[in-house]
Amino acid sequence: MQLTGCQIIMEVLIEQGVTTVFGYPGGQVLSLYDALYEYRNRINHVLSAHEQGACHAADGYSRASGEVGVCIATSGPGATNIITGLATAKADSIPMVAITGNVPLDLIGTDSFQEVDTIGLSIPVTKHSFLIKSIDKLADTLREAFRVAKSGRPGPVLVDVPKNIQIATAEYTPKPKVEKIPDEKPDTALLDEALMLIEQSERPLIYCGGGVINANCQQQLQALAEKCDAYVAFSMMALTAMDCDHPKYLGMSGMHGRIAATRAFGETDLIIAAGVRFTERATGNKTKFAKNAKIIHLDIDPAEHGKNIDANLKIKGCLTTALKYLTENTKQKDNEAWRNIMDEYKNHTKETKTVDGCMMPWEIIGAVNKKAAPETNVATDVGQHQMWVAQYYNFKKPRTHLTSGGLGTMGYGMGAAIGGAIATGNQTVLFTGDGSFGMNLNEMATAVSQNLPLIVVIFNNKVLGMIRQWQSLFFNNHFMATVLDRETDFVKLAEAFGANGYRATNITELNSALDKAFALKSPCIIDCYIPSEENVFPMVPPNGSLDNIILK
Amino acid sequence: MSNERFAVSIIVTNQSGVLTRISSLFSQRDFNIDTFTSGETENPALARITITASGDNRKKDQLIKQISKLYDVKKVVLMTPENTILRELLIVKVKATGDRLREVLDASNVFRSKVVDMSPGSVCIELTGESSKLNAFLKYVEPYGILEYCRTGLIAVERGSACLYTEDDSKETA
Repeated sequence: MQLTGCQIIMEVLIEQGVTTVFGYPGGQVLSLYDALYEYRNRINHVLSAHEQGACHAADGYSRASGEVGVCIATSGPGATNIITGLATAKADSIPMVAITGNVPLDLIGTDSFQEVDTIGLSIPVTKHSFLIKSIDKLADTLREAFRVAKSGRPGPVLVDVPKNIQIATAEYTPKPKVEKIPDEKPDTALLDEALMLIEQSERPLIYCGGGVINANCQQQLQALAEKCDAYVAFSMMALTAMDCDHPKYLGMSGMHGRIAATRAFGETDLIIAAGVRFTERATGNKTKFAKNAKIIHLDIDPAEHGKNIDANLKIKGCLTTALKYLTENTKQKDNEAWRNIMDEYKNHTKETKTVDGCMMPWEIIGAVNKKAAPETNVATDVGQHQMWVAQYYNFKKPRTHLTSGGLGTMGYGMGAAIGGAIATGNQTVLFTGDGSFGMNLNEMATAVSQNLPLIVVIFNNKVLGMIRQWQSLFFNNHFMATVLDRETDFVKLAEAFGANGYRATNITELNSALDKAFALKSPCIIDCYIPSEENVFPMVPPNGSLDNIILK
Repeated sequence: MSNERFAVSIIVTNQSGVLTRISSLFSQRDFNIDTFTSGETENPALARITITASGDNRKKDQLIKQISKLYDVKKVVLMTPENTILRELLIVKVKATGDRLREVLDASNVFRSKVVDMSPGSVCIELTGESSKLNAFLKYVEPYGILEYCRTGLIAVERGSACLYTEDDSKETA
């Protein structure tokens, strides 16, 4: 069958099971959009307000569904606008494919209109990128992009398609959906050594990272925790890997982690790290990290072994297989003394103080939590509100937490929430700050045009809270550029976008707004006032020891 | 941990953009690269890159693992010094006439280098060998006046009949 390059792209997307793409049209993707017109009954195109929003939406779609998210952008500024989105996905190992148009091959390098070195820009922010130089290689290269995105340690892949390739014709032969390359089997001899360490351990701690979500091995992780009577601490990327009500669940550890989860690292004698990369935000000072513990590091990516922490046992390969093997070959353990220590820490109550006349962040999260369903998507932006959500929201189901962990991208949340809502069809809540929301609030337009069940909860403290917090703790209260002298009326803003807007200054108003918001099933904003001075605690100061937690 | 110098051989697909991806890693990961050479191999679809770098064991381990992850990279091998032929090419232009020229030519003989060009007032000498030999020669001719010199960086091949990239490797990556 002779098809144009653009038609081939559509056919390959359909082969891969893609039903939705996020994008923004432009000069060098006009032909591609003409093909999207032709295929409009088979591929749903979601128009964003800005290419960055489209890229974050593809990322959120991927996180919520486990499928490869797809976004489309034109050459030049279209391509540069998705760079932040690609870097966000790369930092969190999210599989996605970005398709960019480019000027015709014979114009590349001539500084033509809307031309930029897309491939060059993509190198540090993607897992790989392909420039298509021949129509004959288009179909297989696009298929390969999907394979690369989801195989091994997942990540974003960019495919740059010059205009002349888009309109050239070639023979197209359908092929089945590409499978991911099977994960390498972990070395059994090393796993047997791990079993010996588990056998000797009296205070085991599983440290669970985003790799567990990517590998979809939450059940195997929980089974291992139960079998070796281990507690489980989480990186922010993995908070949905276990039901938060499970007795072994400690929550997030690290700089703003829960006390029990963070303290556990100083008490444990064995860390079983699964799909986690020990960033400095999670470990604090590495020379003082987990001094009493041996470390078993399971990861699909051997480059993570020894990068941040030198483990006693480094085991590369399939996480599911490794966890299953360890569970099946471990005797049921009963670590009573360990439970006594950790139950004591777990009893440290979370912050619940209230202040007359204003709402506290945990009250807002609690109120939303009560009305949300287990499968409600919870997206966040970046900053204090993100930490409060990680600390206080009760996650029950995998893939319901959409947050930029590694790159920490303010402005991520709107796109991600849109992607998550479209991927699942479920009610979605975006917790954001007045700072973060200001970065990409233009995507409210997208939420309205798609009529998504999206509730935007703004933690409005009139400051850039997290930076302000550091200024107050480490920069002598010099609040430089963190006080927002803005008069933005978020209720009117919502209405201007064609959404509903509510204001909540106390918990009664919030509950009433939430009742309306959850009933709406369409986009709305709830502007929640919180005190400017409220800081996120617990906190381990940068490069501090995890044993030295500032509680307030 | 000590900062050792080490050589790494890399087999990559021979296409445009590959060198950019590898050199981009150096700045991304703060690797200290001393030399970098690239050229075709017996298989025109593949290119062979030799990198010499310095760093502690962690840096060395990370450099090899991060390069191995690149899509276009087929194989990465850390070369063991005692079992590796290392060579570099130097072309140096020395200012010398009369007696001083004779002394430079004598030295050139001792180092088994080759005179490739002469002009009134200067001589151009080509020398291959390990870096230490090239350094020694440069040190010797320095007092005579070096006008300019150019070095290729090291290339490395394992001694004996074993090869870096075999048929088995190409099956694995196919």
